[in-house]
Order: sequence, then C-alpha cells, then structure tokens
Amino acid sequence: MTSVSPATQKSAADTGVLVAVDDLKVHFPIRRGLILDRTVGYVYAVDGVDLDIRRGETYGLVGESGCGKSTLGRAMLRLVEPTGGRVVFDGVDLSATHGEALRRMRRRMQMVFQDPLSSLDPRQSVESILVEGLRAHGLDRGREATGRRLRELLSAVGLPSTALRKYPHEFSGGQRQRIGIARALTVDPDLVVADEPVSALDVSVQAQVINLLADLQQEFGLTYLVIAHDLAVVRHISDRVGVMYLGGIVEEAGSDELYVQPLHPYTRALLSAVPVPDPVLEDRRERILLTGDLPSPAAPPAGCRFHTRCPWRQPKRCDTERPRLREVAPGHRVACHWAEDIRDGRISPHEVRPELVEEESALVPDTALTGPASVTEVLGP
Amino acid sequence: MALLDVSDLSVVFQRRGEPPFTAVDGVSFSVEPGQTVGLVGESGCGKSVTSLAIMGLLPRRGAVVTGSVRFEGAELLSLSARQMRDRRGRDLGMVFQDPLSSLNPVIAIGLQVTEVLERHRGMPRRQAMVEAADLLDKVGIPDPRRRLDEYPHQLSGGMRQRALIAMALACRPRLLIADEPTTALDVTIQAQILALLAELVRDTGTALIMITHDLGVVAGLCDEVNVLYGGRVVERARRHELFRRPRHPYTHGLLASIPRLDAPRGERLVPIRGSVADNIPWDHGCAFAPRCPNALGTCVEVTPQMDEEDGRLLRCHNPVQENQEVPA
Repeated sequence: MTSVSPATQKSAADTGVLVAVDDLKVHFPIRRGLILDRTVGYVYAVDGVDLDIRRGETYGLVGESGCGKSTLGRAMLRLVEPTGGRVVFDGVDLSATHGEALRRMRRRMQMVFQDPLSSLDPRQSVESILVEGLRAHGLDRGREATGRRLRELLSAVGLPSTALRKYPHEFSGGQRQRIGIARALTVDPDLVVADEPVSALDVSVQAQVINLLADLQQEFGLTYLVIAHDLAVVRHISDRVGVMYLGGIVEEAGSDELYVQPLHPYTRALLSAVPVPDPVLEDRRERILLTGDLPSPAAPPAGCRFHTRCPWRQPKRCDTERPRLREVAPGHRVACHWAEDIRDGRISPHEVRPELVEEESALVPDTALTGPASVTEVLGP
Repeated sequence: MALLDVSDLSVVFQRRGEPPFTAVDGVSFSVEPGQTVGLVGESGCGKSVTSLAIMGLLPRRGAVVTGSVRFEGAELLSLSARQMRDRRGRDLGMVFQDPLSSLNPVIAIGLQVTEVLERHRGMPRRQAMVEAADLLDKVGIPDPRRRLDEYPHQLSGGMRQRALIAMALACRPRLLIADEPTTALDVTIQAQILALLAELVRDTGTALIMITHDLGVVAGLCDEVNVLYGGRVVERARRHELFRRPRHPYTHGLLASIPRLDAPRGERLVPIRGSVADNIPWDHGCAFAPRCPNALGTCVEVTPQMDEEDGRLLRCHNPVQENQEVPA
C-alpha cells in the first residue's frame, strides 16, 4: 500500500488482530403456519465468512442489498445471534460470552447507523442520548466530569456545546449523523461498526462526515468496520476491502489493489458499474453488464454463488464446487476457481450470452432469468 | 422549435399559518427532440418539484405555479385537469424513484400497463395485452407473458423499475421525465437501467429529462446539464464543458466532495461547508453565498443574474477561475 496513515503504522507496530471472524453463519428460519409453526427453509444471510480486522485499520465491507453485509456486521457484535462459527474480539470468544460479561464487552464495540433520525430517540435531548451509554457502563463520574466529557466529544464531532439541550429534530441530517457518531464514542470503544454511515446524506455533507470519521480515527485510535454499498466511498476510507455476494466474501484485498486489479468477476462487474463523474471516461468505459438479479438468499445457487450471472463461468466446476477464499497474492484473497486464468486472460468472457458490452452497443436482454425474482416468489404457494 | 420550453417557472407552496415557501424560483430551460437534459442538485434544490410542475402533478390548492411550460408550442399550465390528463401518459411519460410506491400493489402488472394503452390509444383489451407483453419484452423483462399476471411485489426492484419504464413508454411519449430512476437500485442494476434508458432515447427519439443527485449518472447520459441550487439554475452547460471546467463554485464544490473510484486514495475530500439550511433568500443576494468559498461582499447584497458566455449559462459574481483546478 502506498499511502500509510498513522493508523496503519500503528497496526504494523503491534500487528494485533482486533476481531477475528471464523466461518461465521447466520441463517434466518422461514416459518409457516399458524398453529403448527414449522420451519420450511432458511435464508442464508451470512454463510461461512472468515475475516480478520486489524487494530487501527478501516475494513470496508461492500456488496449490494441482500448480500448479508449488514447482518454480518450485526452478528459480529452479537446483535443478531450467529447460527454457527466464532467471533473472537481481542482474544475473547464472543460466542461463548453471555450476560454481564457480554454487556461489558459491548462497551468496546459501538455502532453507527445509516439513518440518524430513526436511530436517535426523538424524545431524548442530545445530552440524555449521550449520557445514557456512559451511565449504562458506569462511566458517569459526576456532573462536572461528564459535562466536560460531553463538550469535548461534541467539539470533536464538530457541534457546538449548545447542542446538548436540543432534540434530534432540530438538526440537519449531517448534524444528526454527527450526534450518532458522538454517541458511539462516549464509551471510548475500540471498534466502531458503521453501517452505511453516509448513504442517507447529501453529497456535500457526505464529504464532511467522511472526513470527520478519518479525523476521529486518528485522534482516538479507532478501528472501523465500514459497511456500505457505495464502492467509491468504501475505497476512499478503507485500508482493506471485502466484497460480499450472497452471504459470502468473494474477494478481499487492500483497497488500492482491489481497484487496480480486481480478480473476482463480480468485483469486476461491480467496479465497472459505478458511474464516474467524468464524461470522457464514461464514454470510453467498457461496462460489464450483469444479467438478471441477485438470486434469492433462501435458495442460493449450488457451487459458486455467482455462477448464474458470471460472464467467465466455466462448465462443471463452477456449478458444483463452491470456491474457497484463497490467497492469490500477498493480502489478496479471492473465491474463484479461475482467478489466475481470468487475470492472465487465458479464459475470456462468454460469447453466448453477451454480458460484456460496449456502452455504444445495444442493451442486453435478460435472456436467462437467473433464479426467482424475489424471496416472495420462492416462498409463494 | 424546442419540444419543451420551460420559462421562468416558479412554484410557491402556501400553507395556512405559515409563510409561503418558494421551492422553484424562475427556472428556465428547454429540451430539443431526442435530447437528454439533466437537472442536478441536492435535496431541496427544487428539481423534483420542477418535474411535477411540468407534469401538472402538483396539488391545485396549496401550490402556486407561475411562468410558462410550452410543449410543442402549446401552453401546459393553462390546461384544465382533464386536458392535462390526456397529455400525461400520451405525450409526457414519467418514471419515479421508488417503483414499489408508484405501482398499484393490488393490480397485476399486465392490467397496469394495458390501462394506459386502453385509455390513450383506445386499444381493445386483448390487443392491449399483446402489446403490453411486447413492451415488457422491450424493456428487458424476461418471460413477459407470465409477468403480466404477476403483482408488483413478485418482481425485484430492477424489474419493477423496468415495468414502470414500460408503462411510461406505452404510448410512445415524446418526452420522458425520469426522477431519480436508479437511486433505489443497486449499482449493477443501475447500470442496466441507465443502459436501457440510453438505448430507448437513441432508438425512439424520445427526449429525456434526467433528474438526479448523482453527477456520475449525468456524466454518462446527459447532453446538457442544469445545476440547481435553492430553486434556481446556477449553471448550465453541455456535459463535457461542465465537467472539464465547472465555473460555479457550487458545481465545483460538488465535484470536489465526491469520492471518486479512479482518484488516488488517501486524498482528503473537500466538502462544501454548512448545509442547505444555511441558504439566504435569492432576493437578498446569492443563496449559496454563506457556503461559498469564493463569496465576495457583493454576493450577499446583489442577486446574481444569469450570464451567458461561450454557450454556458452562469449565475455567479465570482466564478471559479480557469487555473483553479478541480481537485481529483
């Protein structure tokens, strides 16, 4: 990596892994029937994820809606109960931790949500919102100390101390998100999980919050897990990026590496689909248009999850064998049987279904409907 | 003659007991046949209200629309509700942001598409069904015959948006207004829908007004771009000129504040300070002045007028100079 932020230097210094996720699974049961409550299937929201988050780094998790990225974030904090696998936080196995011990651990991992208005209680003043966490963890050391702490926090997130007496509705979207961030920081956490922290904000305000997150990381030595659908945002703030598709990580690399040399076909399609505000580039760009929609996570395709939409799909192996996430270059992991062959151009994208299209050429009709159109269709009678 | 000519369009919302609020403040632009025109801006800039005013979809009570909207020379604002209803769907089509809330959840897709055909083209039901299947096929919905009997909730977001585009195109309108058509969709689906819109414009000669907050979408699609701020157009240029050399500090600021996929990482973004709430009213000066890095004393005293220079319209006292590079 070329740009070394103080945060990554710090992580190089103690090379500690803060969070280790090992084969994590979250399956939500699909229930039917009023009297006989039977389980008729599962939604495989997270299905076997391994990842490490190093101390002081920003790990970005990207994927489209329904890929399980939010569920993964929540399962890591045990806000949803994992079905299987382990999450080890700073040496402590969270899946074996219960009750008071778990509650104590929670102080060290905080969350920032997407929609600041619905994640802040409209009837609580900002002061009461911020003090709540402190009290819950026994960190409220008298009126004066707490008051000082809150004013410090507010100034760190760029709000005046007069904000303490106001209510969430009195703020703009960007300011509310600052309150949400301040609330996460009150208890002095190690890890902050930010789920779509800027996607509800206007473009000009987005940049303010992104810069703020970077400043706070330096100031407090935080570790971030940033979950977002916007690749440009994730690439901008993350040291390493994991790309998720249908409950699994398909590629993981340093964020520059991922952009320069995406190896998984899905990552390639995703990168090529992001519009860039530059007409010259837009006119020249080759788009890999994926056909169809995301298959239902209740009935994920066998073999490689992506094979139903993959322009590089090869017969047999892709349909039957699920590729493991393997290291193809230092720090670059890919879950694709053919990653090297695709990289070196030994196999080319399909010609039968013209997924690779120039901007000028005609639209590709979705000749193959890949999987059902929605969960409802699978579950329907 | 321009296909659509909007001139000095203003929309003022009036609610009892509250001061009137001007959402759109003298917006003028025109659309040539087959042209794609972008309206860009952040929330509250008046871009959606502009499109609703053109379509005659604003409530007659509470919203005062003034100015003129001419479609092929005919004034739309003076039409009666009934006359406007004839126009909508036939000459003017519209695609909204959220396809789930713009489709009727309890009516099958087929019926919603054929309704337009029966109403505006007087087709008998049976023929309309055949045509509807054709339309769904044209917008890339697989297995269209089966889809006709399905309900909106059975389609995915991308498919719903395609169905909505099919409905908007049912009567081959000469103007299509797309209000944030891809904002609710994932990027890979967004790419599909944008390619579809571009193809339709090319093949059918339909003019397109693209309303979006995403400068990336505009960069790939629009011939001409209008940047709106506080209900007024602050800059208008052809897309290559606009992105190569944004002159208005707001346009410049927007471009500098988006993280770009192709920019070197680790560079700090340059946000625009403050938020839309910091506007000053246009009649006191420039609405953007409180957030503007280029603001001068005159900016808060004199309202800037629209000036033209080499094919570009600009509303600014102190525009960004040539040597002021856009940070990558």
